[in-house]
Amino acid sequence: MSAVGFDQYHEPAEELPDRTRTFARLCASLTEEAEAIGWYEQRMALEPDREARAIMRDAQGEEFKHFCMDLEFLLRRTPLWREIAEGILFTGGDIVEHGEEAEEEAVEGEASRGAPAPGSESLGIGGLREAAQ
Amino acid sequence: MSHLLRERAPITEAGWVLLDDEARERLEPALAARKLVDFRGPRGWEHSATNLGRTESVGESPEGVEAAQRRVLPLVEMRAPFAVARAELADADRGAEDVDLAELDRAVHRIAVAENAAVFNGWAAVGISGIAEASPHDPIALGEDCERYPRHVAKAVDALRGAGIGGPYGLALGPEAHTNVLETSQHGGYPLLEHLREIVGGPLLWAPGVDGAVVMRVGGGHFLFESGEDLSIGYLDHDTEAIRLYVEESFSFRIATPEAAVALTP
Repeated sequence: MSAVGFDQYHEPAEELPDRTRTFARLCASLTEEAEAIGWYEQRMALEPDREARAIMRDAQGEEFKHFCMDLEFLLRRTPLWREIAEGILFTGGDIVEHGEEAEEEAVEGEASRGAPAPGSESLGIGGLREAAQ
Repeated sequence: MSHLLRERAPITEAGWVLLDDEARERLEPALAARKLVDFRGPRGWEHSATNLGRTESVGESPEGVEAAQRRVLPLVEMRAPFAVARAELADADRGAEDVDLAELDRAVHRIAVAENAAVFNGWAAVGISGIAEASPHDPIALGEDCERYPRHVAKAVDALRGAGIGGPYGLALGPEAHTNVLETSQHGGYPLLEHLREIVGGPLLWAPGVDGAVVMRVGGGHFLFESGEDLSIGYLDHDTEAIRLYVEESFSFRIATPEAAVALTP
């Protein structure tokens, strides 16, 4: 029996934990929403009919909404990246600067609370001052 | 794969969870230093030295050129090996609740004691000055009479205040002093533990590796622990009977304000 190809899985799906498969599905949804947003943008740029453009604009808005919902789901499951995102999204000023600062503060903050750095295989003990209070 | 080579070990995912959880549970009560000092990092296994922000002159430099060399504090690597019986891990996978991890427990205790000892007592061979030895305050003798501990600790707190070091303060008690405190009630049955806690106004900790006790300012940037790789379990090798593992970390420790602590000798 030939295996059905599911593009969102980069590793053998049967070996992946349920949580990872759900995460991967939402990552795929996020990608699809982002692609659709771009496609509608291109279609609207070329479509001369005002009424047709209005429908596409409405549809593009839906894709933005879905994109936000997918993103929120993923961030709820990755607290460190949620904290970093909070330092980047809905801010004014230099985006790259905000990104660097948010990452540094979030990684340091999480480490001091006992979390390992991203990709680390450590026990995640970190600083224990809060635990001693 | 990281240098810990965990994927090479014949250990199931559930087995690794068991080992990591056991190590964490045994380490956290013993890691007294981390509950009092500033923890920075972890910066990763490849991080080799702490920047001291200082330079030293270079004996010979090219003509017409001034040269200085940066000073750094190299991180020390500590590793405590242990073995786990493969049969015990197989039983754990079957659902056994009483898995024998005694060697792991002893190894993580050794590394926790070594970390505390480096921070509080110092480790000259690797350039670490300890909190107790670096304090410019006269050490206070705890003595045999536990009921006098509050007086000694209050004197230490006074010395810190006199040096302009405000609270919160913490008290790290070596195992013997800690046992004495737990066993002692003062007149009227009031626990000595509570009395000492009121005096310092901060944590009172069991600190294996400490001789006597240390009263110190908690946090505030006075005592700096920099973690390279935080405590981790890695894989060495295995045979048909056992798997040899180790618990490891890399770190440096330095003191910015030596007067922010007072040593209480046994």
